[in-house]
Amino acid sequence: MKYYDKLIFELSREGRCGYSLPINHFPAAPELPLQLRRSVSLRLPEVSEPEVVRHYNNLSQMNFGVDTGFYPLGSCTMKYNPKINEEVAAMPGFAAIHPLTPDGAVPGVRKVYEQMNTALAEITGMHTFTFDPCAGAHGELTGLMLIRTYHMRRGDMARTRIIVPDSAHGTNPASAAVCGLEVVEVKSLANGRIDVEALKPLLDETVAGIMMTNPNTLGLFETQILEIAELVHGVGGLLYYDGANMNPMLGVVRPGDMGFDVMHLNLHKTFSTPHGGGGPGSGPVGMTAAVAEGLPEIKVSGFHGNFGVILRAYAYILSIGREHLREVGQYSVLGANYIKECLKDMYRLPIEGVCKHEFVFDGLVNDGAHDDVPGATTLDVAKRLLDYGYHAPTIYFPLLFHQALMIEPTETESKETIDAFIAVMRKIAEEAAADPMILHDAPHNAPISRPDETAAARNPVLKFWDTL
Amino acid sequence: MAHPYLPHTEADIRAMLERIGVKTLDDLYADVPELCRKKGAYALPDAMSEQEIRDCFAALEAMNARLKVFVGQGAYDHYTPSVIPYLTQRSEFITAYTPYQCEISQGTLRYIFEYQSMICELTGMDVANASMYDGPTAAAEAMMMCTASVRKKNRVLLSGTLLPHVLKVVETYARFHGVDLTVIPAEGGVTPLEAVKAELARDDVAGVIVPSINRYGIVEDHAGFAEAVHSVKALLVEYCDPSALAVVKTPGEWDADIAVGDGQPLGLPLSYGGPYVGFMAVKKDHMRKMPGRIVGQTADKQGRRAFVLTLQAREQHIKREKATSNICSNESLMALWVTIYLSLMGPEGLREVNRISADGAHYLHDELLKTGKFEEVFPGKPFLKEFVLKPKEDAAALQARLQKAGYLAALPTEEGYVSFCVTEKRTKEETDRLVAAVKEG
Repeated sequence: MKYYDKLIFELSREGRCGYSLPINHFPAAPELPLQLRRSVSLRLPEVSEPEVVRHYNNLSQMNFGVDTGFYPLGSCTMKYNPKINEEVAAMPGFAAIHPLTPDGAVPGVRKVYEQMNTALAEITGMHTFTFDPCAGAHGELTGLMLIRTYHMRRGDMARTRIIVPDSAHGTNPASAAVCGLEVVEVKSLANGRIDVEALKPLLDETVAGIMMTNPNTLGLFETQILEIAELVHGVGGLLYYDGANMNPMLGVVRPGDMGFDVMHLNLHKTFSTPHGGGGPGSGPVGMTAAVAEGLPEIKVSGFHGNFGVILRAYAYILSIGREHLREVGQYSVLGANYIKECLKDMYRLPIEGVCKHEFVFDGLVNDGAHDDVPGATTLDVAKRLLDYGYHAPTIYFPLLFHQALMIEPTETESKETIDAFIAVMRKIAEEAAADPMILHDAPHNAPISRPDETAAARNPVLKFWDTL
Repeated sequence: MAHPYLPHTEADIRAMLERIGVKTLDDLYADVPELCRKKGAYALPDAMSEQEIRDCFAALEAMNARLKVFVGQGAYDHYTPSVIPYLTQRSEFITAYTPYQCEISQGTLRYIFEYQSMICELTGMDVANASMYDGPTAAAEAMMMCTASVRKKNRVLLSGTLLPHVLKVVETYARFHGVDLTVIPAEGGVTPLEAVKAELARDDVAGVIVPSINRYGIVEDHAGFAEAVHSVKALLVEYCDPSALAVVKTPGEWDADIAVGDGQPLGLPLSYGGPYVGFMAVKKDHMRKMPGRIVGQTADKQGRRAFVLTLQAREQHIKREKATSNICSNESLMALWVTIYLSLMGPEGLREVNRISADGAHYLHDELLKTGKFEEVFPGKPFLKEFVLKPKEDAAALQARLQKAGYLAALPTEEGYVSFCVTEKRTKEETDRLVAAVKEG
């Protein structure tokens, strides 16, 4: 990676152009009335095609991606993105279809939705899926709308509270708030699982449901899930499954069999579609037959969801097939446990025992603090990893630990890659013990060093013209 | 048999299990109650080779009719320069994660900064976010911003001339978020200012959402709207086609507070409705109430220009249930798509796209009227690339007839009209053939 300092606007010269359009053979239309016309200038860049290509290639070289190196990124399942998926999504018979084309003219498109629905229902134990949500959080919101609709259709209007564990992804409570639900937090036990005794008094006829991810954000299986399901169902509530952590469950456990009524999947995590630097994702929502009755009342995106992403995920399912589904789940769990065992002497492991696809360390065992020198933090470890050619793990989440460092390797990483990562993590721990300043000042080899985020927020410069 | 995405050899698995201290892979699931486990085999297709996958999708693709698109209604068949798919497929862009680790994400952060700048320039607003899911959800977020920004007022007015899919999504969000919505019925094909004023007089309105170009393709005149809306301290939201903003009056010029819409017309493939990219831009006063990610410029320790995600105290991973929105993943790669499109087209290219599209649409409009098979619905109302007519024959039958002839055209609307659209991708010959197909019925 190398530093490159241009913005496209800085390459602009009046009179250059990067497009060619056909000659206009239509007669001229009447001009818009003056009061409806744009009268301010339009300062878009004027750049030639080769300059555009070189500029964005240069930008790309300041980026890290799954194809560049290893992402031990907990909660985000950064697995390999197969290239055949990209080829499929770009096929003109899919990419050129207008969303308002009648079903009868696009049976191939409809078949993709039907077959995906059948496959995801089988993988998760749900009755049916809607593909409208465009991301995981969008799926959560849709799922909560479905839960509320389920209750309201039964005339059960008082269910306005939703229970969310303290270890939940930040999107869970945020989605609940957007959906007009009151969030009630339930605490975790010292062993990282939901405190069932603390849950019991929260349950009554005002509870719409509970949002859980299983395994939870500590990578731990909620071993009392069947009891929790019985308790929540007992008071008439429903169970929502946050599918962000579905990867280790593939081929082994299905949310439907654990008692969940509604769930989302992140196709851009579990089903290998690329993260795209923050999207597009796809967050299809699965549900029981009873919940599905409310589906026609809800429309959460303009057309049919992110079809291009759904195509990619379907190509992945066809590649993995019945034979390899279980291996995906098992190998993701194997890698996580292996890393945990190989590092737990140097990084603090707050909860012992077998994890699933990810686990959380709580900082370094020896952070090197001495005299006036502060010890190396989780942030410092993360930034030092960048120097060694790795993306950082998820840090400071979940909020249960002060120095949380959440590691998830995924099943597409080889033992050699994982061993090399372990060696680097051990080296960083040694560096911290010897001289934490090396870590404080990291990264040393990235395109930039640590930027001043406080200044960015205090004096926001949010568009090109603010920089002049 | 080994799988190409799974690098584990048997020796690897044995060595790793041994280091963990368990005997089998199943032992790693010992904490999962027996009752939770899937019994029996999964009813899934057999794993396919890459060649079989390609054949399978080629067969599915071949089942779809390749219709010439003469319809818009929120998704527009504009030209995509070949540079864009080529560049957006670069591994470092497409396989990157959200740019939380800014030191190794400067590529993503820089193009988002460029994207924000371009969206601000098109809309005439001060601050844009890094993207929303699509236009309709951006409008829904704008609605929630209105009620969050204006104290103790919980009603939002929606113009009935907004595209149908925008109304449906906003109505869904409003129902659950607890916002009172009032839809203002169209008068003469546009949003009636007097009806808006009458509602504003009740002094409970937090925001008003109107389309810059509406569901009938008409360019609306919003003179007097901002003044009326601001007089009761409510916010004005303009829903726009960003491509058309090169030529039509901008939300900034109308003195709107929030601009939203779908970036799809900026060169994104139709792709049966997604992935697209919603955009949102606001006046500076509303910046801290905006949903989603925002990129800002700063400097690194050596004083070099650097870009970071900023103002994050608004977001769900910090504020949880008190966040301005639940959005996390957005449509970053599609924002890159838009950024490269606008870099290539520049101001003149975008104006030219509008010119050809409008010329084509007016030509089609006039030629269709000459067939005697339609009546004008809104004579004299200004439009660009999209318009509606009232067919003398049954609307659904007309659409079906044209579909058989190879066209997606004459899309029936709720009002009994049919909608047409022409972009720069449609030639005069294609347009003449469509008119001939209309005549043949």
